[in-house]
Amino acid sequence: MNRPVDETAGLSANERIKARSRLLRGSILEGLKDPLTGAIAEEDTQLTKFHGTYQQDDRDLRQERLAQKLEPLYSFMIRVRVPGGVCTPRQWLELDRLATRHANGTLRLTTRQAFQFHGVLKRNLRDTIYRINQSLLDTLAACGDVNRNVMCGVVPERSDLHAQAYGATVAIADRLLPQTGAYHEIWLGRQRLAGGEPEREPLYGETYLPRKFKIAVAVPPRNDVDVYANDLGFIAIEDGTGGLAGFNVCVGGGLGRTHGEEETYPRLADVIGFCRPDRVADLAQQVVTIQRDYGDRQNRKRARFKYTIDDRGLDWFREELQRRLGWKLDEARACHFDQSGDDYGWVQGRDGLWYGTLFIENGRVADRPDYPLMTGLRRVVEALEKRGRGELRLTGNQNLCIAALSDADRQMVEALLSEHGIMADRSGASALRRASMACVALPTCGLAMAEAERYLPHLVSRLDEIMAASGLSDDPIVVRMTGCPNGCGRPYLGEVGLVGKSPGHYQLWLGASPQGDRLNQLYRESLDEEELLAILTPLIRRYAVERHPQERFGDFVVRVGIVDNPMAFEI
Amino acid sequence: MTANPLTADQASQLQALTRTWDARQLLWASGFLAGQAARPSDDRAIAGPEVTLLYLSQSGNSEKLIRTLARRLTDEGCVTKVFDALDYRKARLKQARYLLIAASTHGEGDPPDAAAEFYDYLMDDRAPRFAALKFAVLALGDSSYAQFCKIGRDLDARLEQLGAQRLVPLQECDLDFDQPAAAWMDQVTDMLAGSADNAVAVIPVRDVAATSYSRSRPFAAELHTDLVLSGRGSTKEVHHVELSLEGSGIAYRPGDSIGVIPRNDPALVAGIIDAIGASQAVTVPVGEDSVTLAEALASRFELHPLTRPVVQGFADLAGDDHLRSLLAPENSTGLNAFLRGRDLLDLLTDCPLPGLDPAALVGILRKLPARLYSIASGPSANPGEVHLTVAAVRYRNNERDRVGTATGWLADRVAVGDSVPVYLDENPNFRLPADPDTPIIMVGPGTGVAPFRAFIEEREAVGAAGRSWLFFGDRHFTTDFLYQREWQGFLRSGALTRMDVAFSRDQADRVYVQHRLLERAAEIYAWLEEGACFYVCGDANAMAPDVDRTLRAILRKEGGFSEQAAGDYLEGLKRGKRYQRDVY
Ligand code: SRM
Ligand SMILES: Cc1cc2nc3c(=O)[nH]c(=O)nc-3n(C[C@H](O)[C@H](O)[C@H](O)COP(=O)(O)OP(=O)(O)OC[C@H]3O[C@@H](n4cnc5c(N)ncnc54)[C@H](O)[C@@H]3O)c2cc1C
Ligand SMILES: Cc1cc2nc3c(=O)[nH]c(=O)nc-3n(C[C@H](O)[C@H](O)[C@H](O)COP(=O)(O)O)c2cc1C
Ligand code: SF4
Repeated sequence: MNRPVDETAGLSANERIKARSRLLRGSILEGLKDPLTGAIAEEDTQLTKFHGTYQQDDRDLRQERLAQKLEPLYSFMIRVRVPGGVCTPRQWLELDRLATRHANGTLRLTTRQAFQFHGVLKRNLRDTIYRINQSLLDTLAACGDVNRNVMCGVVPERSDLHAQAYGATVAIADRLLPQTGAYHEIWLGRQRLAGGEPEREPLYGETYLPRKFKIAVAVPPRNDVDVYANDLGFIAIEDGTGGLAGFNVCVGGGLGRTHGEEETYPRLADVIGFCRPDRVADLAQQVVTIQRDYGDRQNRKRARFKYTIDDRGLDWFREELQRRLGWKLDEARACHFDQSGDDYGWVQGRDGLWYGTLFIENGRVADRPDYPLMTGLRRVVEALEKRGRGELRLTGNQNLCIAALSDADRQMVEALLSEHGIMADRSGASALRRASMACVALPTCGLAMAEAERYLPHLVSRLDEIMAASGLSDDPIVVRMTGCPNGCGRPYLGEVGLVGKSPGHYQLWLGASPQGDRLNQLYRESLDEEELLAILTPLIRRYAVERHPQERFGDFVVRVGIVDNPMAFEI
Repeated sequence: MTANPLTADQASQLQALTRTWDARQLLWASGFLAGQAARPSDDRAIAGPEVTLLYLSQSGNSEKLIRTLARRLTDEGCVTKVFDALDYRKARLKQARYLLIAASTHGEGDPPDAAAEFYDYLMDDRAPRFAALKFAVLALGDSSYAQFCKIGRDLDARLEQLGAQRLVPLQECDLDFDQPAAAWMDQVTDMLAGSADNAVAVIPVRDVAATSYSRSRPFAAELHTDLVLSGRGSTKEVHHVELSLEGSGIAYRPGDSIGVIPRNDPALVAGIIDAIGASQAVTVPVGEDSVTLAEALASRFELHPLTRPVVQGFADLAGDDHLRSLLAPENSTGLNAFLRGRDLLDLLTDCPLPGLDPAALVGILRKLPARLYSIASGPSANPGEVHLTVAAVRYRNNERDRVGTATGWLADRVAVGDSVPVYLDENPNFRLPADPDTPIIMVGPGTGVAPFRAFIEEREAVGAAGRSWLFFGDRHFTTDFLYQREWQGFLRSGALTRMDVAFSRDQADRVYVQHRLLERAAEIYAWLEEGACFYVCGDANAMAPDVDRTLRAILRKEGGFSEQAAGDYLEGLKRGKRYQRDVY
């Protein structure tokens, strides 16, 4: 039931751009060829997102270049779609090469298990995307009003379940991929066949979804994908024998909000039932079509699926879904998550192979003078590639798992890592640092209001001192920072959430659960670093003294009532 | 005041006659009339000799001097006819009795663009004889070039060879040509005025135009803005400089240049004083004056780059045979290699002369010449201001960081609010077409783009309807696209019709403006056929000759011309002022 778009109904600007784009073509090709600017046409910047690339500019240089009579230093962020975060050593090496050749020399592992390149100049954009495709990865639908990269828990210790969950992940991802030929024409130089079948976008229609759509598959006991933050979530449920029975299904998660707009808010997904593994792709497809047909196409700020659910109710949704599916969901099964973060170091899976999880601070794979991370990983992956062993799994927390290694492989990897000073065990960074993450923010993100990735490491060092002074050096606190309220680093699921308001100033949110099933609450509206530390220091001291055994900071602040009534603390 | 002695009729005749005269003309006429009044009444007929004056000029210096001379000779009663060498046929040289030439040298010893044909005509074996002709040549040049004043020298020698009789010896001028040129004019004027039986006497009345600024009398322009156009990470450092001309009365036109009178790097000055072990305060003669050594080196003489005459003088002072051998005429490549990247301090370091008499040292130096910069602003769009696009010269040699004299001074030592001594250097050979509907093609890579900013601003300001097409190039798109946002704006507004760019180092193969021209051959040819003017500004060594060759290739390819015909086509364009170059 693809409702025709009512042309007169005050649609949002993006809807009109999509409608006249000829299935996402617009004038992208022409814009790529214009040698006088590093940018593409304004409207096309909305369309390239569907192709996995964003026009950005170096915000550090914006003012300076304006004065220099130069246009902003435009470049493109490219997001590589990696379902479940799983890629081969060969693919890693190709992306690594492209990062140096065409991007800013770094690879960014994202909060949704994807890779990002930053700083790709327009003239290198086609070549980069072309080569990504040559490596059998792609960028199609990595961004845009479509289903995004489908996440899958890494769960090294449950290698058996991972295989099945990953199978479901790929099935869903494949089912929901757009069909437009535009991608192939623009980036892969493929000609459109004359006189062939008229091109169609059978699932999405020519205006695609009202907004982005996100799906994750979690494998308990680990919620490393923050499954409840997704529009649609699947939680793997074991059968009695250790195999996969199916998935609990949850809907309506999403974190994005806008400062000062009450009608936007983070929301966690509700569990609505259980489904068999062979039905997940059908189910995902029908959920997507419901959002396609009922999502808000007039107000982009309220176009996410979570608002469709809240506006129409969960019961309406369940009915509509079951109607479209032609079958009913089963009762949801009991399940339990013990944490949302990653565990670092080596773990042996049920398959007997080794899994090593590395902490990658804020997901940035780069060489720094004192820390040759990118080079070190390149050596490791080259060695794996040569032996034809192992795979790489990006985690939902911007980290990296080197997966499926024999004893001998593991030894070799460990030796290479330590040669480059990279720690595969728990030593090195503090527990708090290893549990924290930040979104990209400045200088590339056009929406950032404050620093995040570049600033959090410093702030964490200061928090480390406070933790050490309270004897908490070994205790993790999930600290999540973003440069704006969109929530890319999932700050509303941080025990401590820091959300950028203006340069140097952050909202402080407190009290999410460390398992990712309770949102935090706004505690302070706008704090600079000193104000923030002045507030956190006594809280951490008190936590050190008053906490119950094993009690986490996020639970503590709720138990003792610090965020009981958030509105009372509004400044 | 005395009563008016004129009849009403005479008074109205006088008024009718002088109504359109400007102040300078009126003042001259007053002097002329006063001179008439001082003469015996029967002797009023003007009967000076007829003199032909010819200039071979690229950037207007020779032209200006010839026009000045022509005015003086007219004052002396001569009948003068001034010609651009471009129009030498009209000048009918074979009939001429007196021929005065000012000729500059360009390229690597080449004649100015517009004078190539005349030069070739005269130097050719088939050149006619000029037995009845009396001539004098003023040669303009720059002694930092190997072929110093070559064109003037050639013409002087050739005219004698062709039987003409030299009035006064060849005068060679370096960049500071004012004094030698004035001296030569004095000589010439004496000879010609002397040859006239009935010269007119003119009583000089002070010229109002004398308030105009010149190289020897520069205007102190306040620096308003200095910003670096090159983006971060650029290998270049190009400055956009805005100077105030408020109160100067300087009125420039697009295509003109500004002369900047710089000061030398104080570190270099100190190094030199140190090297000869002199005191800062010791005074040395500079022309008629005497100034401290420190000031003489800071503002009067050129210290960077090194030029042949300085090496010559130094070799003599030092009695250095190695230097002398470099100066041998057959060793010009060796000398050029030696000069490159060297300054006076290098000379003193290579060949120390401690205790050298400071006066002897300054005696061998060349006067500090002004540096020229193409004006990058349109006068209508920027009243009271002039903008320059200045590429800072910086390099390292012999373990010492070097800066260009003028560019280093502007970039490092002149602050906003300071004043920069400047004068206007008009360039009549680099002008927008008189007809605003005429299409223009502009080729200006690097700082060569500067005058085209002036062109486009001016065309926009006057609402010119002609199409315009700019070819720009530099090293890197992201950092070296000079005035990028402005071009984008001009393209949006329609003030600029088309733009093509070549960034040489953004891909494996080097791509330059001439490659872009060739890619657009058919359209370039069509524009030329439709009457477009073609302008080239910037690098004289590689770019301008490459563009010239490319134009010929385009004409062969698109117009089916032979090599010879393509050359003639371009000569025709030059003669019609439709192929103009300002290269350096
Ligand atoms: C790279 C990444 C953050 C990171 O540090 O890893 C990221 C980066 C950006 N996000 Fe995000 N988002 C990323 C995960 C998220 C998440 C977390 C998640 O999905 O688990 C969220 C919150 C969950 C959600 O969607 O509700 C998130 C919510 C947003 C929003 C707000 C959406 C909303 O509903 O309000 C925007 C803005 C928008 O869409 O208009 C946004 C937009 C952006 C953009 C593309 C900015 C833009 O639109 O111009 C950011 C690019 C910055 C840069 O320079 O790279 N991003 N973004 C994550 C990439 C994920 C991926 O591989 O696909
Ligand atoms: C008509 C005309 C218009 C001009 N317009 C412009 C303009 O618009 N913009 C502009 O920037 N310039 C322009 N120029 C050039 C300008 O006049 C100066 O020549 C230039 O700025 C250098 O002056 P300077 O005093 O800084 O350097 P100088 O002190 O004169 O030094 C220049 C010399 O340094 C040496 N040198 C430079 N680089 C190196 C190196 N890497 N290694 C070794 N030796 C080196 C060379 O011998 C060079 O000749 C124009 C010139 C003319 C004639
Ligand atoms: C690109 C260029 C090349 C030059 N080449 C020479 C040369 O080879 N020999 C020389 O004596 N002067 C050379 N000069 C200096 C000019 O002759 C000198 O600036 C002269 O004053 C210009 O006079 P004009 O304005 O009448 O053309 C050159 C100047 C430029 C800008
Ligand atoms: S949270 Fe905001 S600042 Fe951070 S990456 Fe997302 S959009 Fe940019």
